[in-house]
Amino acid sequence: MSSVVGLVVAVPLVASMLALAIRRHGMFRDVLVTSSLASTTGLAIALLLSVRTDGTVVVRVGDWSPELGIVLVADRFAALVLAVAMVTILLVELFAIGQRRTASGADPTVVGPMLLVLTGGVALSVLTGDLFTLFVAFELMLVASYVLLTHQGRRGQVGSGMTYVVINLLASTFFLFGVAFVYAATGTVNFALLAERIPELSSGVRWGIGLWFLVVFGTKAAIFPLFSWLPDSYPTAPTTITAVFAGLLTKIGVYVMIRFHVLTGMDDLGPLMLVIAGFTMVVGVAGALAQDDVKRILSFHIISQIGYMLMGLGLFSVAGVAGAIFFLVHQIPVKTVLFLVGGLIETDRGTSALDRVNGLITRRPIVAAAFGLGALSLAGLPPFSGFVAKFALIDAGIEIDSVAIVVVALVGSVFTLLSMTKIWLGVFWGKPDDDPGLDVTACPPASWSTMMGAMLAMIGVTVAVALLAGPIHDISVDAARELLGGSAYTSLVLEAGR
Amino acid sequence: MSGALILVVGGLVTVGVYLVTSRVLSRIVLGFALLGHAAVVALLAAGGPAGDPPLADRLGDDAASGGEGIANPLPQALSLTAIVISFGLTLFVLALARRQRELHGDDLVEDDLEDRRVAATEHVVDDTETDRFDETDRTDHLDPSVDDPDDGVDVGFERAGTGRSVDAPTDSDTTEAGS
Repeated sequence: MSSVVGLVVAVPLVASMLALAIRRHGMFRDVLVTSSLASTTGLAIALLLSVRTDGTVVVRVGDWSPELGIVLVADRFAALVLAVAMVTILLVELFAIGQRRTASGADPTVVGPMLLVLTGGVALSVLTGDLFTLFVAFELMLVASYVLLTHQGRRGQVGSGMTYVVINLLASTFFLFGVAFVYAATGTVNFALLAERIPELSSGVRWGIGLWFLVVFGTKAAIFPLFSWLPDSYPTAPTTITAVFAGLLTKIGVYVMIRFHVLTGMDDLGPLMLVIAGFTMVVGVAGALAQDDVKRILSFHIISQIGYMLMGLGLFSVAGVAGAIFFLVHQIPVKTVLFLVGGLIETDRGTSALDRVNGLITRRPIVAAAFGLGALSLAGLPPFSGFVAKFALIDAGIEIDSVAIVVVALVGSVFTLLSMTKIWLGVFWGKPDDDPGLDVTACPPASWSTMMGAMLAMIGVTVAVALLAGPIHDISVDAARELLGGSAYTSLVLEAGR
Repeated sequence: MSGALILVVGGLVTVGVYLVTSRVLSRIVLGFALLGHAAVVALLAAGGPAGDPPLADRLGDDAASGGEGIANPLPQALSLTAIVISFGLTLFVLALARRQRELHGDDLVEDDLEDRRVAATEHVVDDTETDRFDETDRTDHLDPSVDDPDDGVDVGFERAGTGRSVDAPTDSDTTEAGS
């Protein structure tokens, strides 16, 4: 299995170089991009199945010792997130192939290769076993995202792209400073050794490191009050790109936050994280209620949902962290589905503003049904995956008597449903009108069906998460135990391959 | 950590943060370059005292004594990687600044469209209250970069009295961006 771990990172990166070289040869490029994404997805799923039964796989790159070299660690948490992320990227690429013939599509010569770079970055940041490789992986992911966001060079994109790039550059610089601080304090950047050495530091230094990385990862994850870049930049990009960003980038921020803060035993930060989580939930959903465009409403919901994951992390119990992991896995496909629906609305009607689109349910009943499924899952109604995820979190909160955060989480859910109703009433309900003022360009039937196919497959993934809720929750609990029992992780990584 | 290096890091961060808070993108780029240097110097300072070049088998005695007197190679490797990354990013941001200049004639970081719309909406409400609305009144509430005639902000004002800009600038701009 150890070769698979390396291949998941290497295949997309090598393929991105090739795809860039042949980017003008449409057919070859598409085949290359899709097949390499498909094979990466296959490898990730194989890895998940193997890790689930046989336990953590550790790879020492170049056979260096963990103190000096790079280690890739595929534990249950990493393998689970990796598999869901890869499936999502593959389906979004299929959607992009359908959408690019329409007016709202993205330029395929850029999107194909850059999506592969993004995939490599996501895979590396999920699998990496040390802080500095994580920095490099973040940069890889972000550079791809900068290009994807601004490659069309339109007015709004360049303007909001600048905000996005500047904020993320600042966070990256802070990250580098953080690496220096951690290295000065502990003499290592390896997670396994950090898990051993950080708890031994004096409490002032530990708080400093914990807060510093809360800011660094929190900016990437868009937690309160560091979220303001997100709703400005995400809606301006073409839908396919927003869907990948919404589904993945912020979630990777949460992923590394869970990994770093749990492994290094930052339990003291728990109460602070819960306060931040509460504000993130409420402010995100309040922002969503104030918006009147589908993509902007959904962008604010990304922020609100990050709060729920942070809540699970802030509880620092096995049930809480397991809830956060499950919530993360449920969010990636659901959020992507909702943004793909937004893209379908935009392709069909030329805009996604609530007051310009009406009565879509008669024109596009399947799109309406897909939105309904995604929205109910996001709000957390049974029997969808969101219900299981929120139930797990709230149960974990009650277990350790954190009543305040549980109340905030429930209120946030109600408002989530309310703002989803707003989209439903604005876009799908009402009298269908063929407003001649709308700038609708005909969408070729072939590309419409490709987009529908990709979107329905994405729905399939969310349904699969709901149906497999039992096994996935079991993996989440095991993953949380692995993370919270820090010494087990340390000895695994240090012993492996010796 | 040596005191001199810490002072250098402090100085670089001071100037870097000052430049990054500017609205001009080319200054922000310079600010990031300085902040990046500061981070690299901090990384080197974290690596412990200076020493001989960390080459394998160069000094037979050092290998025997467990590498005493050799500089710590790990922070150097990390710094090199960080420097290369910051090279690439600086170029990208410069390209972005150039594109912004092509589109706007300057490379200022703009206010968010939605923020401007909200600001404009409140302004409209004020105007209906005081029942007064004229051309000069409007511009001094808004950022100079808004003055662009096709920016769409004006549309909100033409509907003054509804208390809310119906045809918001985001609308026209996102449609443009998405189409």
